[in-house]
Amino acid sequence: MTELSIHGGANTASARLGRLAIYGALAIFAAFYLMPLAVMVMTSLKDLDDIRTNSLLALPERLTTFAWSHAWNEACIGTECTGLAPYFVNSLVMAIPAVAISTFLGALNGYALTKWRFRGANLIFGLLLFGSFIPFQVVILPMAQTLGFMGLSSSVAGLVLVHTAYGINFTTLFFRNYYVSLPDDLVRAATIDGAGFFTVFWRIVLPLSPSIIVVTVIWQFTQIWNDFLFGASFTSGGSQPVTVALNNLVNTTTGVKMYNVDMAAALIAAAPTLLVYVVAGRYFIRGLTAGAVKG
Amino acid sequence: MADTRAGAASGGPARVAGWLQRHLPKIVVAPSVIAALVFFYGFIIWTAYISLTGSRMLPDYELIGFQNYQDIWRLSRWNTAVWNLAIFGVLFIGVSMLVGCVLAVLLDQRIRAEGALRTIYLYPMAISYIVTGTAWRWLMDPEIGIEAAVRNLGWESFTFDWITNRDMAIYTIVIAAVWQASGFVMAMVLAALRGVDQEIIKAAWLDGASLPQIYRRIIIPSIRPVFLGAFVILMHLAIKTFDLIMAMTSGGPGTATSLPATFMYDMAFQRDRLDLAATSAVMMLVTVTAIIVPYLYSEIRAGRRD
Repeated sequence: MTELSIHGGANTASARLGRLAIYGALAIFAAFYLMPLAVMVMTSLKDLDDIRTNSLLALPERLTTFAWSHAWNEACIGTECTGLAPYFVNSLVMAIPAVAISTFLGALNGYALTKWRFRGANLIFGLLLFGSFIPFQVVILPMAQTLGFMGLSSSVAGLVLVHTAYGINFTTLFFRNYYVSLPDDLVRAATIDGAGFFTVFWRIVLPLSPSIIVVTVIWQFTQIWNDFLFGASFTSGGSQPVTVALNNLVNTTTGVKMYNVDMAAALIAAAPTLLVYVVAGRYFIRGLTAGAVKG
Repeated sequence: MADTRAGAASGGPARVAGWLQRHLPKIVVAPSVIAALVFFYGFIIWTAYISLTGSRMLPDYELIGFQNYQDIWRLSRWNTAVWNLAIFGVLFIGVSMLVGCVLAVLLDQRIRAEGALRTIYLYPMAISYIVTGTAWRWLMDPEIGIEAAVRNLGWESFTFDWITNRDMAIYTIVIAAVWQASGFVMAMVLAALRGVDQEIIKAAWLDGASLPQIYRRIIIPSIRPVFLGAFVILMHLAIKTFDLIMAMTSGGPGTATSLPATFMYDMAFQRDRLDLAATSAVMMLVTVTAIIVPYLYSEIRAGRRD
C-alpha cells in the first residue's frame, strides 16, 4: 500500500472533503460496473408486461421465476425448444477435459523447459509465446477443414481438441514462468539420488505447484467456457456450447421478444465463471496479470 | 543439465533406458511442439496460401497472386470495418487506460473497502462477451432501456438511440468494451503502484515534494512498463473484438459496427468467400504481429538484463 495518501495525516476540513470526494467517485464507478448485472438480475425476475410498461431499469413490480425455468428448459434455440440446459451440458463436457488436458501438458512442458533445459528450449518458448497472441481468425479456416477431415465437425469432441491445442501455449507459459523461480538445486539433488524425470515431477515439482495449478485451471476454464468464436465457427445445432446457444436465443427474431428470458439465459451462461470469480478471484487476477505482463 | 548416464556403460536394454532417460524431456515436450507447429504455424501458412487463391466455398489451390489484397480494399464493407476498428481501437484503448488508471490511483489511497471495490470493477472480465453484450444490447435499446427509463422519469424528449443509429452505433460498442476491460487496466496499474519503492517516495515526501510531483516524477516513470503492457493487451483485444459485436449489433445497423473480425467471419461462413476471409485474417495477423513482436522482443531483452 502506498504510504502517503491525499489526507497526508492532517485531519483538516479540506482533507476530509478530499476523502469524501474519493469515496464518492469510487461509489459512482461501482454503480456503473454493477448496473448491467443488477439490470440482468431484475429483468430476469420480471414478467413481460412489467418490462414493457416500466423499462428495464425500474424495480420489479412482482417477482416471478418464469423466465429462469423457461430459459433453462423451454426456450427455443433455432428450431429446437429445449432451453439452454443441453448446451450448458455441452459446455461442461467441452471445458472439463480441455482444461484438464491442457493444464497437465502445460505443467509437464513448463517443467521440462525449465528444469531439464536442452538445446532449442528458448526457441520453443518463443514459438509458444508468439502463438498466444495470434488472432484466431487466421487458424479458423484450416481448423474447420481439419475437423471435417477427422470426422469431428460440429462435435463437442472437436471443440475439446481445438481448445486443448490452443490452450497448451498459455498453460505452458504459466507453468514455465512459475518453475523458472523454483531453485534448480531441488531437482539436481533428487537426480543425484537417482530420481528420473517423472519421479522428480510427481514427487517434488507437482507438490510445489498447487497455486499455479489453480491459477491455470481458472484461466483456462474462463477462457474456454466464455469462448464464442470457435464454438460459432465449428459447431451447429445440438453440439453448440452455451455461449453460441445464448447468442442464437437472443438473436431469434420470430415471436414475441422475451427480454426476461434473454437475461435469465445470459445469467445462466455467466454463472459458472462468475462463481469461480467470486470464490477464487485472487487467482483469477493473478492469471490475468501474469498472463498479460509476461505473455 | 541433469544427465543420467547410468545405462550408457552396460549396453542392451539398459542403453535404451539410458537414452530414453536422457531424451525424456524432449520426448515429453515434442507433442506440444508438433501441435504448435501444425495448429499455429502450419495453419497460418495454409491461410496465407488460400489468400493467394481464388477459393470460394471450397479451397482452390491454384495461385492467383496478390489479387485479393487489391480487391479487398475496393470493398466498402472492408473499408468500413477497418475505419470502425480505428475509431473503436483509439477510443477503447484511450478510455480504458484513463478509467483504469483513475480507478487504480483512487484505490491506492488507503481505501476501506478496497477488496470489495476491486472485485466489483474487475468482474466483467470473468464473464463472456456474449453475456455482457446481451445486457448492453437491451440497456441501449430505446424502447425498453436507458431511454425509456429516463422518459418514464418525466423527461419525455430524452433520446439515447445510438445503437439504432448508423453514425453512433460504434460508440455503444466502445461503452460496453470499456466497461468490460477497464477493470483489467485497474488491476495491472494497481499491482504496479504497490510495487513502487516506498523508501524513495518517503524520501521525496520528506524533501517537500507535493503529491502530483511525486506521481509525475517518481511513480509514473517507474510503472511505465505496465502502461506499455496494458496498451499492447488492449490493442490486441481491440483487433480481436468479435463476440461483443455479434451479441450487441451483429455488425449493424447495416455495416455500421462491422470490424475486420466480423468481416472475416461473414466471408467465411455466410458468403462463401474463403479467399477474402483468408486475406482479411492474414491482414489481422500482420497488424497484431507488427505490434506484438517488437514488444515481446523488448520484454525478453529487458528480462535478460535483470
